[in-house]
Amino acid sequence: MTTVLLCLALFTVAAAAVAMAMRNLIHSALLLVASWAGIAAFYLWAGAEFVAFAQLLVYVGAISMVVLFAVLLTRHSRLDFDREPETRGRVRLALFTGGAVCGVLVAAVLGTAPSSVPAAVPSLTVRQLGLALMGPHAASLLAVGVVLTVALLGGVVLAASARHSDPEDAP
Amino acid sequence: MLGTGLLQGLAVTAKNLVGSFHDPERYVTMEYPEVKTKLPENYRNFPFLVHDDPKDPLGSLRCVACTICETECPPQCIYIVMDRDEKGKALKRPKVFDIDISVCMSCQICVEVCPFDAIKMDQHYEIAETNRFQGLLLSREQLSKSNAYYHQLHPTEAAAVDALLAEQKAKQAAAKAAKAAPAAKPPAPAAPAANPPPPPAPSAEAPKPPTPPAP
Amino acid sequence: MSLPGQLSVLFPLASGLGASSPLAAVLPASDSALERLPLTLRGLLTGWLPASWQWLANSLIAIVVLIVAFASLFALLTLAERKILGRVQNRPGPNRAPLPFLNLRTYGLAQPVADGVKMLTKEDIVPDGADRVLHFLAPIALLAFSILTLAVIPYGRLLVALDLDASVLFFFAAGAATELAVFMAGWASRNKYSLLAAMRALAQLISYELPLLLSVVPVVLMAGSLSTSVIVERQGEWWLGFLPRWYVFTPWGLAGFLVFFVASLAESNRSPFDLPEAESELIAGHLTEYSGFKYALFFMAEYFGMCALCGMAVTLFLGGWQAPLPFLSFIPSYLWFAGKLLALLGVFMWIRASFPRLRIDQLTRLAWKFLVPLALINLGTTAFWSLTADWAGLLQPLRWLIAAGLIAGPFLLLGRNLSKGLGPRTYRYAA
Repeated sequence: MTTVLLCLALFTVAAAAVAMAMRNLIHSALLLVASWAGIAAFYLWAGAEFVAFAQLLVYVGAISMVVLFAVLLTRHSRLDFDREPETRGRVRLALFTGGAVCGVLVAAVLGTAPSSVPAAVPSLTVRQLGLALMGPHAASLLAVGVVLTVALLGGVVLAASARHSDPEDAP
Repeated sequence: MLGTGLLQGLAVTAKNLVGSFHDPERYVTMEYPEVKTKLPENYRNFPFLVHDDPKDPLGSLRCVACTICETECPPQCIYIVMDRDEKGKALKRPKVFDIDISVCMSCQICVEVCPFDAIKMDQHYEIAETNRFQGLLLSREQLSKSNAYYHQLHPTEAAAVDALLAEQKAKQAAAKAAKAAPAAKPPAPAAPAANPPPPPAPSAEAPKPPTPPAP
Repeated sequence: MSLPGQLSVLFPLASGLGASSPLAAVLPASDSALERLPLTLRGLLTGWLPASWQWLANSLIAIVVLIVAFASLFALLTLAERKILGRVQNRPGPNRAPLPFLNLRTYGLAQPVADGVKMLTKEDIVPDGADRVLHFLAPIALLAFSILTLAVIPYGRLLVALDLDASVLFFFAAGAATELAVFMAGWASRNKYSLLAAMRALAQLISYELPLLLSVVPVVLMAGSLSTSVIVERQGEWWLGFLPRWYVFTPWGLAGFLVFFVASLAESNRSPFDLPEAESELIAGHLTEYSGFKYALFFMAEYFGMCALCGMAVTLFLGGWQAPLPFLSFIPSYLWFAGKLLALLGVFMWIRASFPRLRIDQLTRLAWKFLVPLALINLGTTAFWSLTADWAGLLQPLRWLIAAGLIAGPFLLLGRNLSKGLGPRTYRYAA
């Protein structure tokens, strides 16, 4: 059982690591997708079917497209990859942000007591999941919904204001 | 309402789909190499030579090798050599009659100018050949087709031509009988090329009475 | 612990693989031998194995059967499609390919064989400078994901290869992953046209993913489950004792089915939404640089995806493997499913034969201005339908009337808005 987990973890982390090392952005993006798929496989291993498929649907199906479109539609040159950070302040900021995220994650991992006895696998059906989301966790669900809606509206506003009246575009 | 037009379109195709199984009107495609369409009577493509006696296709050619068609042919795809006996006397038949159908444009001018109704339009359209030069160069043997074949292709036109020829023959015979004297044969068609059909033929082919070829 | 046993623990869902045994208990004893035939055959094949190995063997059999069945269906569909298109266009379609070694024409039945031989013997060209790995992976990934989607469709009473609790979600997750393969194909070809066409294809696929998913939500809402087998079971009752209670025979079900159907036409790149590979205009889009067997794989994936979407439509809206009338239940369930699937595929071809291709702006407009709002309204209508489930007597026709009005009104309004300015064309100078 642990072997499978190890293999999945290795695959996920290796894909992410190689994605960072790749010079070709598209390859990086595709490897990132592979890493997400590895996480989905992990959920599957953990018995969380619904979350696994949602992860696959959202990340592999949709977010990957956003990433790929962003890579293709933005201007980039080979010089961008080797550029040094412009100021020391930026370096400090970057280190601080990265360190903060890392610290939160490490604290979360360390804060969880390792259970020597494997916990009983809770068999949650989709119905129970839905009831839980709509009942006790309704507030967080609403918050997520609001954030996503705001993001969507922001995207629409950005796209709408970026339109310029080019006579060539007129129908 | 949205969708009604789509339904109408679907109905049209469905009618065609079902109709193609029982309605010949809706299944017009022919299985070409096995089944061929009946060509319209006026369809024409490439000339052929008419002969009258199926037993002797080369001897009974109506062509007298007058070379009018050769001269008139716009793309110059006809090549004629007159047959002569040992003494060099013209035999009024072609020794060589070649049509290069890779050049022929089926303009039908050879047919228009022929005073003898000897060359007519074929309905030959399967002209794919494996040989680029010989395959498309039709010789006298290949060009010679019977009068019955001509009737099959263009029934009304062939009937008219037959009637005309019969009339000419009758007039000729009548004239011969009236004179009761041997009519002097024209010296050679090469020099004036004027008088293959004897005098009684003036109203035969309307537009062009046999005229000497342009110099 | 033996290997397969270990595997079944690794993935809890694996126990559902290959028409699992717990369901077998559900099978009514009154079922005919014909209905049980597939299970009986499988039992003959794997019954002698130890129990721990049996599920592995069963899964393998399910996989092999699925792939073989749909590969042969693919071969037949290519022929049937060309035949139908031909008949619609007043011609016989392919009818010349002789049977091998026999020189016997059988209405073109050997045409798929000839096509396969042609595809296999063609040169496999990879453009200079193309990304060879991705160029090679794209068709394989596409086909793999398409085959995955076939796993969760219930083909008969107990014939579902992968009986998951969230199988509808699985279906769409696997379907969404095909977009990635399309992008890989377009990008790896190192061809501007391929790349642009791939991005257009992505735009189309993502646009239509939304109405596709939204039209499924009402079904999930009414069935109360994401499991395809449960959804089919729920449609097994009868109105007045003989009318089938398929979801398509309700106002919201009909609207959902129509939205799902149009969206699945677009998702499977079928005409009139075949912009990604408009052969006549766009040199086949992201398939431009593919030849030989890789092209055949793409083609196969398209047909597999089409079959999967049709199968899903049958499952969700047309009652799956249920018989349409009670007294017809003696015909085995898998035959009913096959019949419905083939009928729906026939409609796909009929539509391909009928409609001209849409323009890209018309395509996106249809998705965002018509299908998505209609699907959302349909969701609300379904909620109404669900809340009024206990209305009885005279209230029942009222419920139908209100639901139908809730669908028809927006349909008319949206349709009018959609076709605004597209009315009958008038010509100023022509007659």
